[in-house]
Amino acid sequence: MIELTIFLVLMTLGYLVGQYAEKKHYQSIIEREKRLSGLTTVASRFPPPGKQHDQCLVLGSVVISVDYFKRFIAMLRNLFGGRITSYEALLDRARRESLLRMKEQAAKMGAEYVFNVKYETASISKGRQNTIGSVEVLAYGTALMRPRDEA
Amino acid sequence: MLISNMEIIPGKQIQKHFGLVQGSSVRAKHVGRDIMASLKNIFGGELKGYTELLQESRDEAMDRMQQQAHAIGANAILNVRFSTSSVAQGAAEIYVYGTAVILE
Repeated sequence: MIELTIFLVLMTLGYLVGQYAEKKHYQSIIEREKRLSGLTTVASRFPPPGKQHDQCLVLGSVVISVDYFKRFIAMLRNLFGGRITSYEALLDRARRESLLRMKEQAAKMGAEYVFNVKYETASISKGRQNTIGSVEVLAYGTALMRPRDEA
Repeated sequence: MLISNMEIIPGKQIQKHFGLVQGSSVRAKHVGRDIMASLKNIFGGELKGYTELLQESRDEAMDRMQQQAHAIGANAILNVRFSTSSVAQGAAEIYVYGTAVILE
Protein backbone atom coordinates (compact mmCIF):
# COMPACT_ATOMS: atom_id res chain seq x y z
CA MET A 1 0.00 0.00 0.00
CA ILE A 2 2.78 2.39 0.99
CA GLU A 3 4.72 1.47 -2.12
CA LEU A 4 1.71 2.24 -4.26
CA THR A 5 1.30 5.64 -2.62
CA ILE A 6 4.95 6.49 -3.16
CA PHE A 7 4.62 5.43 -6.78
CA LEU A 8 1.54 7.59 -7.32
CA VAL A 9 3.13 10.59 -5.61
CA LEU A 10 6.25 10.24 -7.76
CA MET A 11 4.09 9.91 -10.88
CA THR A 12 2.10 13.07 -10.20
CA LEU A 13 5.17 15.02 -9.10
CA GLY A 14 7.06 13.88 -12.16
CA TYR A 15 4.15 14.73 -14.44
CA LEU A 16 3.43 18.20 -13.05
CA VAL A 17 6.99 19.40 -12.49
CA GLY A 18 8.24 17.71 -15.64
CA GLN A 19 5.60 19.31 -17.85
CA TYR A 20 6.23 22.72 -16.33
CA ALA A 21 10.01 22.42 -16.69
CA GLU A 22 9.75 21.23 -20.28
CA LYS A 23 7.45 24.09 -21.28
CA LYS A 24 9.76 26.62 -19.68
CA HIS A 25 12.79 25.08 -21.30
CA TYR A 26 11.20 25.18 -24.75
CA GLN A 27 10.24 28.82 -24.25
CA SER A 28 13.80 29.73 -23.39
CA ILE A 29 15.17 27.65 -26.29
CA ILE A 30 12.89 29.36 -28.82
CA GLU A 31 13.71 32.80 -27.46
CA ARG A 32 17.47 32.22 -27.57
CA GLU A 33 17.26 30.62 -31.01
CA LYS A 34 15.66 33.81 -32.29
CA ARG A 35 18.33 35.94 -30.65
CA LEU A 36 21.17 33.91 -32.12
CA SER A 37 19.67 33.33 -35.55
CA GLY A 38 22.16 35.79 -37.11
CA LEU A 39 25.02 33.40 -36.48
CA THR A 40 25.02 30.75 -39.17
CA THR A 41 26.03 27.20 -38.36
CA VAL A 42 27.17 25.09 -41.29
CA ALA A 43 27.79 21.37 -41.42
CA SER A 44 30.21 21.73 -44.34
CA ARG A 45 33.74 20.54 -43.73
CA PHE A 46 35.36 23.23 -45.83
CA PRO A 47 35.53 26.91 -44.91
CA PRO A 48 34.52 29.58 -47.44
CA PRO A 49 37.41 30.05 -49.87
CA GLY A 50 39.34 33.28 -50.27
CA LYS A 51 38.99 34.98 -46.91
CA GLN A 52 41.42 34.42 -44.09
CA HIS A 53 39.49 33.89 -40.88
CA ASP A 54 40.81 33.45 -37.39
CA GLN A 55 39.40 30.31 -35.93
CA CYS A 56 38.73 28.57 -32.69
CA LEU A 57 37.09 25.35 -31.54
CA VAL A 58 33.78 25.94 -29.75
CA LEU A 59 31.85 23.45 -27.65
CA GLY A 60 28.45 23.23 -26.04
CA SER A 61 27.22 20.36 -23.93
CA VAL A 62 24.24 19.50 -21.77
CA VAL A 63 23.00 16.55 -19.72
CA ILE A 64 19.23 16.25 -19.55
CA SER A 65 17.16 13.70 -17.73
CA VAL A 66 13.62 12.52 -18.37
CA ASP A 67 11.07 12.66 -15.53
CA TYR A 68 9.52 9.75 -13.64
CA PHE A 69 6.18 9.91 -15.40
CA LYS A 70 7.64 9.91 -18.88
CA ARG A 71 9.99 7.10 -18.01
CA PHE A 72 7.01 5.01 -16.94
CA ILE A 73 5.16 5.79 -20.17
CA ALA A 74 8.23 4.85 -22.16
CA MET A 75 8.43 1.57 -20.28
CA LEU A 76 4.83 0.82 -21.25
CA ARG A 77 5.66 1.71 -24.84
CA ASN A 78 8.38 -0.89 -24.74
CA LEU A 79 5.69 -3.55 -24.43
CA PHE A 80 3.68 -2.46 -27.45
CA GLY A 81 6.33 -0.84 -29.61
CA GLY A 82 5.96 2.37 -31.56
CA ARG A 83 7.08 5.93 -31.22
CA ILE A 84 8.34 6.98 -27.81
CA THR A 85 7.47 10.67 -27.91
CA SER A 86 8.78 11.35 -24.42
CA TYR A 87 12.30 10.39 -25.41
CA GLU A 88 12.00 12.23 -28.71
CA ALA A 89 11.28 15.42 -26.79
CA LEU A 90 14.20 14.73 -24.45
CA LEU A 91 16.69 14.35 -27.29
CA ASP A 92 15.26 17.31 -29.17
CA ARG A 93 15.71 19.51 -26.10
CA ALA A 94 19.22 18.27 -25.48
CA ARG A 95 20.34 18.78 -29.09
CA ARG A 96 18.91 22.27 -29.38
CA GLU A 97 20.26 23.33 -25.99
CA SER A 98 23.78 22.11 -26.74
CA LEU A 99 23.79 23.83 -30.13
CA LEU A 100 22.63 27.04 -28.46
CA ARG A 101 25.40 26.85 -25.87
CA MET A 102 27.95 26.38 -28.62
CA LYS A 103 26.51 29.36 -30.50
CA GLU A 104 26.58 31.50 -27.36
CA GLN A 105 30.25 30.74 -26.91
CA ALA A 106 30.93 31.54 -30.57
CA ALA A 107 28.91 34.78 -30.41
CA LYS A 108 30.93 35.88 -27.37
CA MET A 109 34.09 35.59 -29.44
CA GLY A 110 32.56 37.59 -32.27
CA ALA A 111 32.28 34.74 -34.75
CA GLU A 112 30.74 35.09 -38.18
CA TYR A 113 30.09 31.43 -38.88
CA VAL A 114 30.47 28.11 -37.14
CA PHE A 115 31.71 25.47 -39.58
CA ASN A 116 31.83 21.70 -39.44
CA VAL A 117 29.27 21.33 -36.66
CA LYS A 118 29.10 17.83 -35.26
CA TYR A 119 26.91 16.23 -32.60
CA GLU A 120 27.93 13.53 -30.21
CA THR A 121 25.38 11.76 -28.04
CA ALA A 122 26.00 9.49 -25.08
CA SER A 123 23.69 7.93 -22.53
CA ILE A 124 25.15 8.25 -19.07
CA SER A 125 23.03 6.26 -16.66
CA LYS A 126 23.64 3.01 -18.45
CA GLY A 127 23.15 -0.23 -16.62
CA ARG A 128 19.98 0.70 -14.80
CA GLN A 129 17.24 -1.48 -16.32
CA ASN A 130 18.38 -0.63 -19.84
CA THR A 131 16.62 2.72 -19.82
CA ILE A 132 18.00 5.85 -21.40
CA GLY A 133 17.13 8.00 -18.41
CA SER A 134 19.58 10.81 -18.95
CA VAL A 135 21.41 11.73 -22.08
CA GLU A 136 24.43 13.89 -22.80
CA VAL A 137 24.71 15.80 -26.06
CA LEU A 138 27.83 17.62 -27.12
CA ALA A 139 27.84 19.97 -30.10
CA TYR A 140 31.14 21.21 -31.46
CA GLY A 141 32.41 23.14 -34.42
CA THR A 142 34.98 25.61 -35.62
CA ALA A 143 34.07 29.27 -35.14
CA LEU A 144 35.34 31.58 -37.86
CA MET A 145 35.94 35.14 -36.72
CA ARG A 146 35.42 38.14 -38.98
CA PRO A 147 38.61 38.91 -40.93
CA ARG A 148 40.40 41.75 -39.19
CA ASP A 149 41.28 43.76 -42.31
CA GLU A 150 37.61 43.90 -43.26
CA ALA A 151 36.33 45.33 -40.00
CA MET B 1 48.13 26.10 -30.07
CA LEU B 2 45.52 26.16 -32.80
CA ILE B 3 42.81 23.54 -32.40
CA SER B 4 40.23 23.06 -35.10
CA ASN B 5 37.88 20.36 -36.22
CA MET B 6 38.30 21.23 -39.88
CA GLU B 7 40.75 19.48 -42.14
CA ILE B 8 42.28 22.54 -43.71
CA ILE B 9 43.07 26.04 -42.56
CA PRO B 10 42.37 28.58 -45.29
CA GLY B 11 45.47 30.47 -46.36
CA LYS B 12 47.87 28.27 -44.44
CA GLN B 13 49.97 25.37 -45.65
CA ILE B 14 50.62 22.25 -43.62
CA GLN B 15 54.37 21.69 -43.47
CA LYS B 16 54.55 18.45 -41.59
CA HIS B 17 52.18 15.76 -40.36
CA PHE B 18 52.82 14.07 -37.04
CA GLY B 19 49.88 11.69 -37.02
CA LEU B 20 47.31 11.16 -34.32
CA VAL B 21 47.45 12.72 -30.88
CA GLN B 22 44.94 11.85 -28.21
CA GLY B 23 43.82 12.57 -24.70
CA SER B 24 41.37 10.78 -22.49
CA SER B 25 39.95 11.12 -19.04
CA VAL B 26 37.70 8.90 -16.97
CA ARG B 27 35.75 10.50 -14.16
CA ALA B 28 33.21 9.44 -11.62
CA LYS B 29 30.89 11.84 -9.90
CA HIS B 30 30.88 12.22 -6.15
CA VAL B 31 28.06 11.13 -3.89
CA GLY B 32 26.52 14.58 -3.39
CA ARG B 33 26.06 15.05 -7.09
CA ASP B 34 24.73 11.53 -7.39
CA ILE B 35 21.98 12.18 -4.87
CA MET B 36 21.01 15.43 -6.56
CA ALA B 37 20.96 13.65 -9.89
CA SER B 38 18.68 10.90 -8.67
CA LEU B 39 16.31 13.56 -7.37
CA LYS B 40 16.40 15.21 -10.77
CA ASN B 41 15.59 11.85 -12.29
CA ILE B 42 12.13 12.17 -10.76
CA PHE B 43 11.43 15.71 -11.92
CA GLY B 44 13.34 15.69 -15.17
CA GLY B 45 15.41 18.56 -16.51
CA GLU B 46 19.06 19.42 -16.78
CA LEU B 47 21.52 17.65 -14.51
CA LYS B 48 23.87 20.59 -13.96
CA GLY B 49 26.28 18.56 -11.83
CA TYR B 50 26.84 16.10 -14.65
CA THR B 51 27.15 18.82 -17.27
CA GLU B 52 29.92 20.43 -15.23
CA LEU B 53 31.58 17.12 -14.53
CA LEU B 54 31.73 16.20 -18.19
CA GLN B 55 32.96 19.66 -19.12
CA GLU B 56 35.82 19.44 -16.62
CA SER B 57 36.61 16.01 -17.86
CA ARG B 58 36.62 17.19 -21.46
CA ASP B 59 38.91 20.10 -20.63
CA GLU B 60 41.35 17.71 -19.02
CA ALA B 61 41.29 15.36 -21.99
CA MET B 62 41.95 18.28 -24.35
CA ASP B 63 44.76 19.44 -22.09
CA ARG B 64 46.41 16.05 -22.32
CA MET B 65 46.06 16.02 -26.08
CA GLN B 66 47.66 19.46 -26.28
CA GLN B 67 50.53 18.38 -24.07
CA GLN B 68 51.16 15.42 -26.30
CA ALA B 69 51.12 17.57 -29.41
CA HIS B 70 53.42 20.07 -27.73
CA ALA B 71 55.87 17.33 -26.79
CA ILE B 72 56.30 16.21 -30.39
CA GLY B 73 56.69 19.77 -31.58
CA ALA B 74 53.43 20.45 -33.38
CA ASN B 75 51.84 23.88 -33.41
CA ALA B 76 48.31 22.94 -34.42
CA ILE B 77 45.83 20.08 -34.08
CA LEU B 78 43.39 19.62 -36.93
CA ASN B 79 40.35 17.46 -37.46
CA VAL B 80 39.60 17.07 -33.75
CA ARG B 81 36.87 14.60 -32.75
CA PHE B 82 35.20 13.86 -29.44
CA SER B 83 33.87 10.61 -28.18
CA THR B 84 32.11 9.68 -24.94
CA SER B 85 31.46 6.28 -23.49
CA SER B 86 30.20 5.12 -20.14
CA VAL B 87 32.57 2.50 -18.82
CA ALA B 88 30.75 1.66 -15.63
CA GLN B 89 27.67 3.03 -13.96
CA GLY B 90 28.45 6.51 -12.73
CA ALA B 91 31.70 6.89 -14.62
CA ALA B 92 32.21 8.31 -18.07
CA GLU B 93 35.19 8.29 -20.36
CA ILE B 94 35.87 11.27 -22.58
CA TYR B 95 38.20 10.73 -25.48
CA VAL B 96 39.59 13.45 -27.76
CA TYR B 97 41.76 12.86 -30.78
CA GLY B 98 43.09 14.79 -33.71
CA THR B 99 45.94 15.16 -36.17
CA ALA B 100 49.01 17.06 -34.99
CA VAL B 101 50.63 19.21 -37.68
CA ILE B 102 53.05 22.05 -38.16
CA LEU B 103 51.52 25.03 -39.92
CA GLU B 104 53.75 27.56 -41.55
